[in-house]
Amino acid sequence: MKFDTIIIGGGLAGLVCGIKLSQQGQRCVIISSGQSALHFLSGSFDLLNSLPDGTAVENPLTAVKELIPLEPDHPYAKLGEERFKERVKEAERFFSEIGIPLKGNSDKNHYRITPIGTLKRTWLTLSEFITCGNEHTLPWKEIAIFNPVGFLDFYPSFVADELRKTGIQSGIHEFSLPELDNLRRNPSELRSTHIARILDKENNLHSLGEILKEKSGKAEIIILPACLGLSSPEVIKTLEKIVGKPVYLIPTIPPSIAGIRVQQYLKDYFQQLGGIFMMGDSVLKADIKDNLVKKVYSYNHGDIPFESNHVVLATGSYFSRGLIATREEILEPIFNLQVSYLKERKDWYTENIFEPQGYQQFGVATTSEFQGISNGKTIRNLFVAGAILEGFNPIKEGSGGGVSILSALDIADKILKNEWVCNCNNTL
Amino acid sequence: MQLQQYAINKDNFEQCIKCTICTVYCPVAAANPDYPGPKQAGPDGERLRLKKANFYDEALKYCINCKRCEVACPSNVRIGDIIQTARIKYSKKKPALRDFILSHTDLVGTLATPFAPLVNTFLDIKPVKKALDRTLKIDHRRSFPGYSSQTFESWYKKQAAEQLQYKTQVSYFHGCYTNYNYPQLGKDLVKVMNACGVGVHLLTKEKCCGVALISNGFLKQAKKQAEVNMHSIRKSVLEDNRPVIATSSSCIFTIRDEYPHLLDIKNSDVRDQVELATRYLYRLFREKGNNLQYNDKKLKVAYHTPCHMEKLGWSYYSMELLRMIPGIELKILSSQCCGIAGTYGFKKENYTTSQEIGSSLFETIEKDDFDYVVTDCETCKWQIEMSTSRKCEHPVSILAKVLK
Repeated sequence: MKFDTIIIGGGLAGLVCGIKLSQQGQRCVIISSGQSALHFLSGSFDLLNSLPDGTAVENPLTAVKELIPLEPDHPYAKLGEERFKERVKEAERFFSEIGIPLKGNSDKNHYRITPIGTLKRTWLTLSEFITCGNEHTLPWKEIAIFNPVGFLDFYPSFVADELRKTGIQSGIHEFSLPELDNLRRNPSELRSTHIARILDKENNLHSLGEILKEKSGKAEIIILPACLGLSSPEVIKTLEKIVGKPVYLIPTIPPSIAGIRVQQYLKDYFQQLGGIFMMGDSVLKADIKDNLVKKVYSYNHGDIPFESNHVVLATGSYFSRGLIATREEILEPIFNLQVSYLKERKDWYTENIFEPQGYQQFGVATTSEFQGISNGKTIRNLFVAGAILEGFNPIKEGSGGGVSILSALDIADKILKNEWVCNCNNTL
Repeated sequence: MQLQQYAINKDNFEQCIKCTICTVYCPVAAANPDYPGPKQAGPDGERLRLKKANFYDEALKYCINCKRCEVACPSNVRIGDIIQTARIKYSKKKPALRDFILSHTDLVGTLATPFAPLVNTFLDIKPVKKALDRTLKIDHRRSFPGYSSQTFESWYKKQAAEQLQYKTQVSYFHGCYTNYNYPQLGKDLVKVMNACGVGVHLLTKEKCCGVALISNGFLKQAKKQAEVNMHSIRKSVLEDNRPVIATSSSCIFTIRDEYPHLLDIKNSDVRDQVELATRYLYRLFREKGNNLQYNDKKLKVAYHTPCHMEKLGWSYYSMELLRMIPGIELKILSSQCCGIAGTYGFKKENYTTSQEIGSSLFETIEKDDFDYVVTDCETCKWQIEMSTSRKCEHPVSILAKVLK
C-alpha cells in the first residue's frame, strides 16, 4: 500500500497533520489503534497557561520567550519564538477554515469553567461552551443550571458553589423527558452520549426548550452539562431560539460529547479530502534502511506493508500506548526510539498526586526538526508529533492541545517543503 | 512489542481503564437500554464474574458480537471476546428450537435445496410468516434469503476439471450463503479468478464456519465443524500448497480469529494463508500487475463496511479493487452496523433494535441513486435489500459484471 505519508495515530495531532497534508494534495493514511484521547476533551485547547515555575500566563505569545530558555527540549523551544507565533496564527486560521468555530485567541488567555465549577485559563474554546474574560467577575448575576435527572457525570451544586464566589446566584433544576426515563432502565450507563442521542432529536429538543423556558425564570443565561450537541453545535443554537436566552455548556466527566464530535468531524474531513483512515489497527514493526523508514507493518495487514516517503508518529502518551512504562524503563514500542526519562524510578513520581509528576514530562527525544532518533542516529523521514514528545508537562503548563496542534502543523510543513516527488499513480 | 507478554489475561482484561469509549461506539447500547453496554458487560462485569459466577447477567445475550467495541478500544482490550466467552461459560439459557433452525445452516440448507422454489414461496406467504412469528418467534416483518435449486458445490463439480489448467491455484471457502442461497457469487468468483489466471478449487470438506452456532450457544457443534474445516484448510495450505480464500467477511473472521479466541482451536500455522478474495486479488495485482480487461459499463455504487470487515481492517482492499474499475463512481458509506448481525435480526425480540441500529444507514442509501450497494457480508446484503430499495452485491460480483 503506497502513500505519500503514513501517520501513525488518529488523535488531534495525527488528524491535524493528515488534513493539512491532504489539503495540499498528498495521499495519506492514518493508522489508529482505537479511539483517541480527544474523547476526554474539555471543550477547550490550551496553548500555555503557566510557566514551569507556576507563574500564570496571560499572554502565551509573549510568555513563550521566558519558557524557551527554561525548557530547551520543549516542543515550543524546538519551534523557536518566531515559528511558534507563526504556527499559533496558522492554527487559529486552520480550525476556522475547516469549519470548527472556536472562541479566544493567543494574545490573551481566556477562562473556561471546569466540570466542578472552577475557572481555568485556556487558548481556544468550542463556541457552545461558557467562557469569560477574567477570573474574578463574570458578566451575569443570576443563572439557571439544569441537569437531567439521574445523570451522575455532572455536579450542578459544585458549579453553583464555585460561581457564588464570583457573586453569581445559581438556580439548580433537574429535568426529564419520557425518552430519558426509558434510558434510566440502565442507570449505571446513563452517559453523556446516550443522553445526547435523545436530546439532539428535534421533538425532544423542543420539549427541553419549553422546560428551560418555564423553569429558568429571571435567570439571564441557562447552563447545561455537555450532554447534547453530539450531532452538531447547531443544536444549542436551536435551543437558544426556543428559550429566548443564551444557553451555554459546561464539560462533563468523560466521554466528552464535544471531543467525540471534533474527532468525527476531523476524521470525516480527512476522508473527504481522500485520506484513508484505518481504525483499530496497530503498527507492529518497521523496515529502516539508511536511516529512513521504508515500510511499516501492522497487525491487521500482516505481510502487506505500508510504504511512503514520510512517516509521522503521533501515537500519544501512555493512555494511547504511544509510550509504555514498564517497571524498569519507558519505551516507544514501534520504532524503539530514544526516550527522555529519568533513570531512577523513584523520580518518576512524587507522593502528592496534585504535584507535577516526573513521568508527565517524559517523551520521545527528537532533533530540533522533530525527527526521531534510534540507536543514536536520526531517522530522517520519521517525524514525531503531539503528546508523545519530550520536554513538556501538559498538565502543569496547560500546553497539551497547543503542542499537538503546533507540532502537527509544523511537521506537515516540513514534509510539504521537502524535495518531494509524487509517484502515487500506482497506489498498490 | 507485543503487549500480551505483560498481560495476565489473554483478552487483556486488566488493561481496561474504564474510559467508556467502547460503550460510545456500541450500536446496541445506542438502540436498546436493556443492554448494559460493552464496558459493563465486558471487563466491568468480568471482575465480578471472576469472583462469583452468579453475577452473570443474561442481558449479555443482546450483544451482537460486532466487535466495534474492540475496534474503538484504545487499550487493546478484547471486549467482544470477554463478553462472548462469558456467555459461553455462564449462560444458563438453553437455545430454543428457533435458534437451532437459524444456526444450523448446513442442515437447513441441505433440506431446503431439493424443494427450493416451494420453500421460497412458502416462506414468503404472510400467514406462514405470522405462524413462524407466533410459534418460533422469528419476526414476521423479516424477509428470508431465497434458497437455490442447485447448490454451488454441485454446479462446481462440472467446472472442477477445467480449473486445473491454471498455474496458480487457490481453495475457495464458499460458505453456506453462496452454496445454498446465492451460487451466483461463487460463479462470479470463479470467473474473476480465472480472468486473473488463477484456478479455483474447493476444500476436501467444508462445513459452515460456525459463526451462527457460536452466537446461538451451540458450542460443541461449532467446535466439531471448526475441526473439520481446519483439517481441510491444513490439507489445502500445507499439503496442496493452495491458499484459502473466501468471499464472506464473517466466515473469514470466524476462522481466523474466533476459532482460536473463542473455540480454543489453534490455527496459527495456516492463519496467514486464509484470507478474503479481495485481499488475495489486491496482493496479486500488487505483485504481478492488474491485467484485467474491463468493459465500458458505467456504475454508481456505495460501499458499506460490515462490522467483521471493520474488525479485520480489510475494507481497504475491497474499496481499492472497486476504485480500479474505470467506469465506476464510488461512494464510501461511513462505517456503521446495519443491525442484522447474522441471525440476531431474525429474532422477534431483536427486530426493533435491529432496524433502529441500521436506520441512519438506510436513510443515506435511499438519498442517492446508486446502482448497487456493495458489501462483503451476506447478512448485511439481506438487511440492506430488505430495508432499502437498492440491490446489494459483493465486490467480486461487481468485478464480474465489469469484465470484458
